[in-house]
Amino acid sequence: MKEAILIIVTAVFVNNVVLSQFMGICAFLGVSKQLKSSVGMGGAVIFVMVCAAACTYPVYMLLERFEITYLRTVAFILVIAMFVQLIEIVMKKTMPPLYNALGVYLPLITTNCAVLGVTVANIDEGYSFGHSIANAFGTGLAFTLALVLFSGVRARIADSDIPETFKGVPATLIAAAIVSLSFMGFAGMAF
Amino acid sequence: MNENRPLSAEFTKGLIKENPVLVMLLGMCPTLAVTTMASNAIGMGLATTFVLVCSNLVISLLKGIIPKAVRLPCFIVIIAGFVTLISFVLQRYLPSLYESLGVFLTLITVNCIILGRAEAFASKNKVLPSVLDGLGMGLGFTAALFVMGSLREIFGAGSWFGIKLPLLSEEPMLIFIMPAGGFFVLGCVIAAVNRIANRKPPEEISCENCPSAAICGAKGKGEGCPSDKNGGETAQ
Repeated sequence: MKEAILIIVTAVFVNNVVLSQFMGICAFLGVSKQLKSSVGMGGAVIFVMVCAAACTYPVYMLLERFEITYLRTVAFILVIAMFVQLIEIVMKKTMPPLYNALGVYLPLITTNCAVLGVTVANIDEGYSFGHSIANAFGTGLAFTLALVLFSGVRARIADSDIPETFKGVPATLIAAAIVSLSFMGFAGMAF
Repeated sequence: MNENRPLSAEFTKGLIKENPVLVMLLGMCPTLAVTTMASNAIGMGLATTFVLVCSNLVISLLKGIIPKAVRLPCFIVIIAGFVTLISFVLQRYLPSLYESLGVFLTLITVNCIILGRAEAFASKNKVLPSVLDGLGMGLGFTAALFVMGSLREIFGAGSWFGIKLPLLSEEPMLIFIMPAGGFFVLGCVIAAVNRIANRKPPEEISCENCPSAAICGAKGKGEGCPSDKNGGETAQ
């Protein structure tokens, strides 16, 4: 249990998936314009990551059994793509309120590299099933935290006077650099 | 798309005019993650180019066979296959590059440039233009990564391709090779490109180049981009 908590804390602060590992940047830059969409996207990502970690773990064991682990990339991305579609269909049918809140973000998650990244990292780190789930949850939380924090920063950028050439994406990236800089303060906490 | 466009235009458009990273703002994750050294950047760029050319070739060959409804999983499987292939080759012949690219080699699978080109170009065009388009886009991506990698290595480590530079190597600015430096350099490079091209900064990506266009239900229904509705400007 203690180890699981450490994994979550490390994933959220020390090795933040967006700000220090550079995964899911497109979604980070795209959806962080408003607080509401940040929270929605974050929730959807946490959900998909945990489910994807839970699904890919047995799949990898199966691949290992038949000694075809080199098919990992193909198998994982298919599982994730299928899974996202499945969640969308099930959610639409059984939980319409949740679907209305998270549904629009689901199709965008298939190609979010953080999801594939976290499942591959779980295998590379040799985590057990429980620790994989903890790592996936922590990574999802880290993604949400980065999005929520950054949506606040972006609201300020929108109001400020920026040189013409830097308007839009360049200013956003430089703001992201500063947010990322603040996360470097956690680096000493490495466990 | 445009039948009358000369073949050379399919090749050159990816280099500058529609550069996937600096103009279309796709494939940001590897651009930021592997550009701490110029040599890594080139390795990543060429690996991606290989996958892009091969997947464009296969997808344009199969465009009449793949059913529309399941085209996305098909594209992803084709791409993932080539990614597995290139990682085998690198593991065997360039183990140090394989080590330093790490998980990002696997993540070429979900690089939105590749899926974006498959959807926007290869699935609608003949074989030769598709290959040239892939090659141009891939080399444009490599060039952008090379610029990023060079700047970050020169300022952050005081060397270039591992060769120590006088003056700079005495007190390199470490911040450039840290994650924060990646965001900063990319922001400055995009701003510089805007300045040189004298163009308004890119604010959004059209459906044409949107990697999620394949999955997105809004396309062609006149509903507008779902990520726009929720206040996003681009979405992966």
